[in-house]
Amino acid sequence: MTLKLPIYLDYQATTPLDERVLEALMPYLTTHFGNPHSVEHSFGWQADAAVELARKKVAEIVGAKPEEIIFTSGATESNNIAIKGSAYAAYPAKNHIITVKSEHECVLASVRSLEKAGFTVTYLNINTDGLIDLNELEIAISEKTSLVSVMAVNNEIGVLQDLNSIGKICRAKGVLFHTDAAQAVGKVPLDVVAMNIDIMSISGHKIYGPKGIGALYVRKDTPLIPLFDGGGQEQGLRSGTLSPALCVGIGKACEIAGAEDAGHVTKLSKLLWQKLTSNLDCVSLNGSSDKRFLGNLNLTFKGVKSDLLVADLKNIAISTGSACSSAKAKSSYVLAALGLSEGEIASSIRIGIGRMTTIEDVDYAADYIIKCVKNLL
Amino acid sequence: MIYLDYNATAPIRPEVIEVMVDAMKQGGNPSSVHTIGRGAKSVMESARSTIAQMINCRSQMIVFTSGGTEANNMALLSSDRSRLITTNTEHDSVRSASSRFQGKVDVINVDENGVIDIDDLSKALEEGGADTIVSILFANNETGVLQEIVKIAEVAHAAGALLHIDAIQALAKVEIDFMALGCDMMSLSSHKIGGPQGVGALVALEKLPVKSFVMGGGQEVGRRGGTENIAGIAGFAKAVSMVPQSLEKMADLEIWRNEVEEKIFDHTSGALFLGKKVKRLPNVSMVYMPDVLSETQVMNFDLENICVSAGSACSSGKVKSSHVINAMCDDEKIARSTIRMSFGWNSKKTDGDRFVECWLKQYKRKHAM
Repeated sequence: MTLKLPIYLDYQATTPLDERVLEALMPYLTTHFGNPHSVEHSFGWQADAAVELARKKVAEIVGAKPEEIIFTSGATESNNIAIKGSAYAAYPAKNHIITVKSEHECVLASVRSLEKAGFTVTYLNINTDGLIDLNELEIAISEKTSLVSVMAVNNEIGVLQDLNSIGKICRAKGVLFHTDAAQAVGKVPLDVVAMNIDIMSISGHKIYGPKGIGALYVRKDTPLIPLFDGGGQEQGLRSGTLSPALCVGIGKACEIAGAEDAGHVTKLSKLLWQKLTSNLDCVSLNGSSDKRFLGNLNLTFKGVKSDLLVADLKNIAISTGSACSSAKAKSSYVLAALGLSEGEIASSIRIGIGRMTTIEDVDYAADYIIKCVKNLL
Repeated sequence: MIYLDYNATAPIRPEVIEVMVDAMKQGGNPSSVHTIGRGAKSVMESARSTIAQMINCRSQMIVFTSGGTEANNMALLSSDRSRLITTNTEHDSVRSASSRFQGKVDVINVDENGVIDIDDLSKALEEGGADTIVSILFANNETGVLQEIVKIAEVAHAAGALLHIDAIQALAKVEIDFMALGCDMMSLSSHKIGGPQGVGALVALEKLPVKSFVMGGGQEVGRRGGTENIAGIAGFAKAVSMVPQSLEKMADLEIWRNEVEEKIFDHTSGALFLGKKVKRLPNVSMVYMPDVLSETQVMNFDLENICVSAGSACSSGKVKSSHVINAMCDDEKIARSTIRMSFGWNSKKTDGDRFVECWLKQYKRKHAM
């Protein structure tokens, strides 16, 4: 079998579109092009029916009801609506938000904007496993707290927070719990009811769906203020004409996601890890080794400059950190929060394994990485 | 099925679908620095430069958004001005955004033809012009009536005000030259011109501090967060690149539209065409049929397999009369019995003939002669 180069190992940045998703959404680009908000003719009805079926599929994967799902332009927008929308809805009675130092940049950008507007924000620490301390969370919650926002699976280091316990604490204290599940949906089991999650952000393109679409789960009767206004679509929470094609795409992606990937990804991830560690002494895993999504391996190669390594690894598409910031050559604040030194951070790369990764890809990549690392040592 | 609701959304052009499917298959996150990421980035940047060329602006002025609604909201958020002047026939997105505008909002009323009086704008700008942003809908989504943007820009700038135009319905129907129009910001949407839904753009002069509701990883040069919708953007650019073909088609559509109106006018009494006396888009007709409710008309058209609408799609779910018609004629009777038919890139002359046939049938049923 011949390999297709470059090998894509950057599944946290984005995932290839699944062919079944493309097939499902195509009719909504070609013949069923209606505006789902046109209630006066069948083109509109057809588009609307497709959107509602997609909504049901998205709801199912996280254990929500369809009417608790709204569509957005992506997880970034979902996170913005969740955080700013709930903070302003509770203001001024409550003016305190709790989040974590290792959150995605869009969550941090949203809470910083609230800080500028006069809100108080607590940034929880993470331990060397990348996990928050539940006691620290509990102590941080006051009667002024409206929202706790904790990412489910971290985009850089792949660790999975204890959503069950966080949800329990938040519910007991009467504060809203939002989780950015862009990297978690379809990869780890999620249940908004069992986990006491009030708001959850979902991405299309991280789960083999299209770019430009995301979703937000909002538990019934959770007060939220929309980011922007217009025709009042999506229960007034998110105005603008929906794209039926993109909605169908994320719906199909959710329908496919889950079971079939987990075993595959775990197997390949363990294989890669085993190959690297048996050939290199300098490699270590960042973040918890068991409380994680195994499709993400954030590794430090001690003594090797990761930017040189990535440059050498021409036949592999990997990154040194999150895609958003990788173009800006800033060092990772997530790894810093984990307690890594500047030197260690500069020696770290993120390897993402996913549905389309093959065993041949992993074999090739492992050998190639080992060779390049040895050259740079 | 005859589709005459292009102002709600247009079918996607086949050429656009081709480009989109390629981009979807290619994949990649444009912010990733590896080969696959750079490939996605190059698709996005070439799309940006195509659009820039077609509408005569610089690439770096274009910020991609999730659609026209977001672009309109962003424009008002980004102005840094303490006062907003707008009109009473704006699209819902600007109407709602203006209700949350942080500052004073003044509304200029249109005349019976749907046009604003430039003198009214001058007067409103006499004081506090430098603190003001003017936001005007270039082509009305319901009637197609065009405002005189070049003159409006002159007046606004003379007073030190900023001008934002919502050119969503105007794009690909009349010529759009950002520099020649003289506005500071302009909103565009893809799905009204044969591109995909879920993409739009705000075009803004570089000196303006464009701010977004969607904060994130610093995409779009820090002006709008979130991984860009590459396939959507590529499709949007392809549709914009076909603006010359669209404009050429508009010449035909104008003739067909005028024929529709003439035939209806010749065979009936009391029918009205809103905005007919002034410059308007060539593809749309807003027709009043005396004594037949617009909902009834739309249903009857649907039974004949013709798609039209009773107003804008956003609000068509809500049964309320059009604020645009009310602004023009303040006659509830007209507001409640008017429908919109709009042609587009894939329309045929016979579509107009069928529309007339069906329209007259309904009219005659009500007004037996």
